[in-house]
Amino acid sequence: MQAKKRYLLLFVSCAFLAYWYFGGYRLKSSNMIVDDHLPVFVNLDQVYTGSLQRQREISPISNNKLCSMENCFDFGRCQQGFRVYVYPPDDNSTPSPSYQKLLNVLMESRYYTADPRLACLFVLSIDTLDRDRLSADYVRNMQSRLQHLPHWNNGLNHVIFNLYSGTWPNYTENNLDFDYGMAILAKASMSDSHMRPGFDISIPLFHKVHPEKGGEVGSVLANSLPLQKNYLLAFKGKRYVHGIGSDTRNSLYHLHNRKDMIMVTTCRHGKSWKDMKDERCDQDNKEYDKYDYEVLLQNSTFCLVPRGRRLGSFRFLEALQAGCIPVLLSNGWALPFAQKIDWSKAAIWADERLLLQVPYIVRSLAPAKILQLRQQTQVLWDRYFSSIEKIVYTTLEIIRERLPYEPFRDATVWNTLPGALVTLPSFSDHPKSFPFQIEYSDVDGFTAIIYCQLGLPLTPSAPLYRLVTNIARSKYVSKIIVVWSNDKRPPSKTRWPLLPHNISLHVIQPEGEPTKPSISQRFYPHPQIDTAAVLSLDEDSVLTTDEVDFAYIVWKKFPDRIVGYPARSHYWDDSKSTWGYTSKWTNDYSIVLTGAAFYHRYYNVLYTEWLSPLLHKTVEQSQNCEDILMNFLVSHVTRRPPIKVTQRKQYKEQPTLGSWSPWNDPDHFIQRQTCLNTFAAVFGYMPLLRSNLRLDPVLFKDTVANKRKKYRKIELVGS
Amino acid sequence: MTIHTKIAISKVYNYTHNTSLYKNFFFLVFIVLIVTTFTVLPRLRINIGDESSNFKKITLVNIRNLPEFRLVGDSASPRNPECTHWDCFNIYKCGRTGHDRIAVYVYPPKKYVDEQGVPATELMSKEYLALLQAVVNSKYYTANPHEACIFIPSIDTLNQERLRPNLTSKALRSLPFWNDGENHLIFNMIAGNAPDFSPVVDLATGKALIAGADFNKYSFRTNFDVSIPLFSPIARPGDINHRRRSWLVTSSQLNLDVNYLGVLQKLSSRHNSLLILDACHRHNYTKRCRENSNEMVDYPAILHESTFCLVFRGERIGQFALLEAMAANCIPVVVMDGAVLPFSNVIDWKRAAVFIMENYLHTLVDVLEKISPQRIKQMQKTGRFLYDSYFSSIEKIALTTLDIIQDRVYPHWSKIYDDWNLRPEEKNTNPLFLPLTAPKSHGFTAVILTYDRVDSLYTLIDRLSRVPSLMKVIVVWNNQKKSPPPLSSFPQIQKPVKVIRTSANKLSNRFYPYNEIETEAILHIDDDIVMLTADEVEFGYEVWREFPDRIVGFPSRTHRWDNATNSWKYESEWTNEISMVLTGAAFLHKYWSFLYTTAMPANIRELVDEHMNCEDIAMNFLVANVTNKPPIKVTPRKKFKCPECVNNEMLSADEGHMIERSQCVDRFVKAFGRMPLKSVEFRADPVLFKDPFPEKLKRFNDIGSL
Repeated sequence: MQAKKRYLLLFVSCAFLAYWYFGGYRLKSSNMIVDDHLPVFVNLDQVYTGSLQRQREISPISNNKLCSMENCFDFGRCQQGFRVYVYPPDDNSTPSPSYQKLLNVLMESRYYTADPRLACLFVLSIDTLDRDRLSADYVRNMQSRLQHLPHWNNGLNHVIFNLYSGTWPNYTENNLDFDYGMAILAKASMSDSHMRPGFDISIPLFHKVHPEKGGEVGSVLANSLPLQKNYLLAFKGKRYVHGIGSDTRNSLYHLHNRKDMIMVTTCRHGKSWKDMKDERCDQDNKEYDKYDYEVLLQNSTFCLVPRGRRLGSFRFLEALQAGCIPVLLSNGWALPFAQKIDWSKAAIWADERLLLQVPYIVRSLAPAKILQLRQQTQVLWDRYFSSIEKIVYTTLEIIRERLPYEPFRDATVWNTLPGALVTLPSFSDHPKSFPFQIEYSDVDGFTAIIYCQLGLPLTPSAPLYRLVTNIARSKYVSKIIVVWSNDKRPPSKTRWPLLPHNISLHVIQPEGEPTKPSISQRFYPHPQIDTAAVLSLDEDSVLTTDEVDFAYIVWKKFPDRIVGYPARSHYWDDSKSTWGYTSKWTNDYSIVLTGAAFYHRYYNVLYTEWLSPLLHKTVEQSQNCEDILMNFLVSHVTRRPPIKVTQRKQYKEQPTLGSWSPWNDPDHFIQRQTCLNTFAAVFGYMPLLRSNLRLDPVLFKDTVANKRKKYRKIELVGS
Repeated sequence: MTIHTKIAISKVYNYTHNTSLYKNFFFLVFIVLIVTTFTVLPRLRINIGDESSNFKKITLVNIRNLPEFRLVGDSASPRNPECTHWDCFNIYKCGRTGHDRIAVYVYPPKKYVDEQGVPATELMSKEYLALLQAVVNSKYYTANPHEACIFIPSIDTLNQERLRPNLTSKALRSLPFWNDGENHLIFNMIAGNAPDFSPVVDLATGKALIAGADFNKYSFRTNFDVSIPLFSPIARPGDINHRRRSWLVTSSQLNLDVNYLGVLQKLSSRHNSLLILDACHRHNYTKRCRENSNEMVDYPAILHESTFCLVFRGERIGQFALLEAMAANCIPVVVMDGAVLPFSNVIDWKRAAVFIMENYLHTLVDVLEKISPQRIKQMQKTGRFLYDSYFSSIEKIALTTLDIIQDRVYPHWSKIYDDWNLRPEEKNTNPLFLPLTAPKSHGFTAVILTYDRVDSLYTLIDRLSRVPSLMKVIVVWNNQKKSPPPLSSFPQIQKPVKVIRTSANKLSNRFYPYNEIETEAILHIDDDIVMLTADEVEFGYEVWREFPDRIVGFPSRTHRWDNATNSWKYESEWTNEISMVLTGAAFLHKYWSFLYTTAMPANIRELVDEHMNCEDIAMNFLVANVTNKPPIKVTPRKKFKCPECVNNEMLSADEGHMIERSQCVDRFVKAFGRMPLKSVEFRADPVLFKDPFPEKLKRFNDIGSL
């Protein structure tokens, strides 16, 4: 017993000592005595932060390196709106193809003006893309040419596009070989330290063959997880043995392991490469020839984008398009449009100083992160970089958003689909007003817009009369708008069917020449439309109330798409090498006609304000195809097909024999085919996408008791 | 450690109690044990533990009686305005700790005096002490200067008016690791002096990073300095009250520039929604008076009454008004040309503040009135979020500064825009956000979970083999007691079949992202679902291709709130709505298997494995919670109880099962903190379904009913 007690005592004392040793010292340091009576860092009653005693100087500043929008830009010129003027072509020099494309898209832009007095922004017609004196496209006597420009004014309100500046051997970044004064530089390969913050804009370096419009789609077709690629990290390119920017590429061979890290360089470029070569060149060249650039790009998870002589390289856009996540090795590079684009969502910054860390970095990224980065490369490529048009328009939008009167977009809009170029901030300052959210939960019903092109007499048996009656029975309708777009007089108020008191009916007669009303009027954003949902109808459309309700319920789950009944398709006609249009019954569709379809009212705004004047002209001239154009627009914005609901295909009354209707005119059909091809050309690609499915009510044509079904009448409607 | 000792002792005691022979021996053992504990272990700690244990964590005490340090010699070199992260910041100092985190060292505080004993700075302020304390307590702190990546002097440089620039510069230079300021971080909130008011603190900081509150665009070294807020000691977050704010916009800044004041007065003569406040006769920062009135109001409480609050540029850029407005949840209207707002390299101020150029102040009311009520609400919420996350205390300001530097040093781990700026509920969490129609050629992998129903399994494999887009069949054999039949006895089909044996009979096994699954699309199918036709399955795949981020499948269910029992009810009755598609026969992206395995709340996984039930409901919850999208039901097929199956041990048979499933829904709602499921009233059918059209011209004509 004695022993037991002794041991216990000893044990307890040991335990205490141990506790004191291991735990006690922590206690000691966390219980710090904090001085309570120290002074406050500032005496609010005395500090001098308020008044601005001196008169601020508003006079133009002497050093254009200190330019900012406030002191080097005349906002007064922009009060009438954001208009861009392009100088008439210079007779003495023809611009390079790239610059010509750039000027073309500017002149097709909705901001273009031919009148310099209205202009807010000026763009030179003299090619300034390549300011490397050794280059063929270099324009001489730039300074004197500028002095002769009527509106130059030391570059005030001008924007200068440039891809290359400086020349061998120093490649000085801000050496354009002329004094650009107060002009905004939209320039590739800019560095953080030379860029005038909030003033200059970094643009991507693009190839001579970069398309003017449309542009190739990104290479990512699938979201595989984990991403199974042959290579983890790849690079194939020139290296410069000596001189500025050569260090990084010269040391890349350290990372080359011939397995999943492929880093191959060559010094075999330029006329006198043999004179310059170092001891590695021959071996490098051997490895270099083993790999194909395109194959590496498509089969690698990450692509190294090291600096060349200048900070930016073509590789950046190429990697972006290929969905090969760029790993940037270009210290100080101001990434393209970084004012708006959050590159940390799509690229990995590495540090040239820590080149050997790169393998560790790329290996440590989780598959889910890679999936996210890779998708974002495609979003950015598709929305801002795939064509010169997108690059130029993005530049313009960045400048426009700086103007005091202009509405702007949130960075969330810039960095998520559908992107800033198709999200007009003038429509709303709140993201929830746009159709690009997952669903509409607030029920504000829909506005039916009936487009009356024929102006048939309104009798109780007339299609229009029945249509209005059916719509008014819907529990979701809030307003009916009749766009009376023909030369007949609209029916008097008493002739319309009697409507419940909570539904109002408006008859709108578009202004302009009554003999030549424009068919695009049906998509005009009439101020009377106050619901998000628009039900677009023709005067002879046939829809039951159940059909209207069901389509609306479906639309609420797909507010960004066209949801409706009449489906059509397009196809590629190989024999004629054109796009074809068909209204035959097919297993898939790519168009839902707006004769009986729901869509978001925002598309009215986009259609009217955003589409190129060329597209509007096509519609005006043919007085046709407006519905196809709307489908192009929506598919272009969402990159999704429209949605067809239930069986109905015949959505119009069969016209009585002998009466005229534009739809039984054979020319009408040929015209639509022509439109399809014109639109594809102006968009630069074919935005329409196919769908294989239609949406029916859950119990559609099921052999269950009819009374269980919510949409019973739909089943009675055949095809 | 102690527990082990205890066990050892009790054993020792048992022996000694019975056999005194061993008593001495065990006593010796015991002594040895104690000796090792006290001699070996402390050494081990040093060897195992990080090196920093050689260095003591700094204690910031006794600030009033610090050891004196007499300054001699030259001042440091002046601030280098050309510095960038790439050339002035020594990156090699970082990463010596073995983890991807910047290590921050804080110098021990000293009292710096010149030969005459004149101190370089006034007594350290409590704000600076709090700042240092926050750094020392943060995950970034290191006590070891040799592994440090960032150095913070314990010299209070927050307010230039409280220090002697010359002496303080000398003090900086005297720091043992100064090295021209390399990797040193200087905090400053009030810079410059009358009459010039330099936007950067007038200290010889060399290559040091400056976290300053007065930067303008041209003094700010992009990607090097950090712009921090001017902390206001009186800013207190008020409660978010939803009562109407009676003023549209308030100007409360003292000593306003006469030009601004003139414009404001002109505006207020036309709009009575504008409140102009100035100092009262007897100056006190926390009281304000309206023009030509002696009525005193409390400041900053008055800011709660206004929707917008003006923040003007003064001689210095940093203004207390900014944080005072944000604390009152009053949307700042920033009128400061060329200012670099706090943390502006990560914070998108346009979502929380309105910007008006100085020359356009006259448009103030027009601009503000154009902002929609929804936008105002959003800005208020964003402002509150930003304030609470980054500005509400000195500690937050210090740590945010370090977070920004952390992201710069380790850019591949850096937070993205959304992490900094979006409230949790605003984040779009859908991991499959690229609008793709999945390529048809890739096909799908069928994953069949089976226990021992071999016949039914064979029938299913045989049927599936007729689906053109099938790439591979994976049989997950969940029976540990029995081996799966040899592959040779399986139906011979043209596609590869792979059997995976699991180590435990868990339902979650069906959602494991096996490496053998090489396609994006997975058809999860029960071994008894043999009634689906090849056309139906192929069409299901077509639908999934158009909605690759959703669950697309055949058996649908719905949920309903039951008012009687005050709980959620699971319904398999044929309804007009569906909110779940069961994974007994459904296409899912492989990502969801990955997410189910790695990110499903642990309690849900346990519940599923324990009850051998509800894994399909859990998957529906998981997908809906992340995407906020409903699933898609394909074709009319609704009956899935196979007539051939005599042994009706099918799990979904009895009523108790339904009750259990309702309970699952209820518990999942609690686990997710909300009901994520969405109902829809539609299903997907082939375009020409039930159309009077020659069947052979239809791509999918063998679509069964019910």
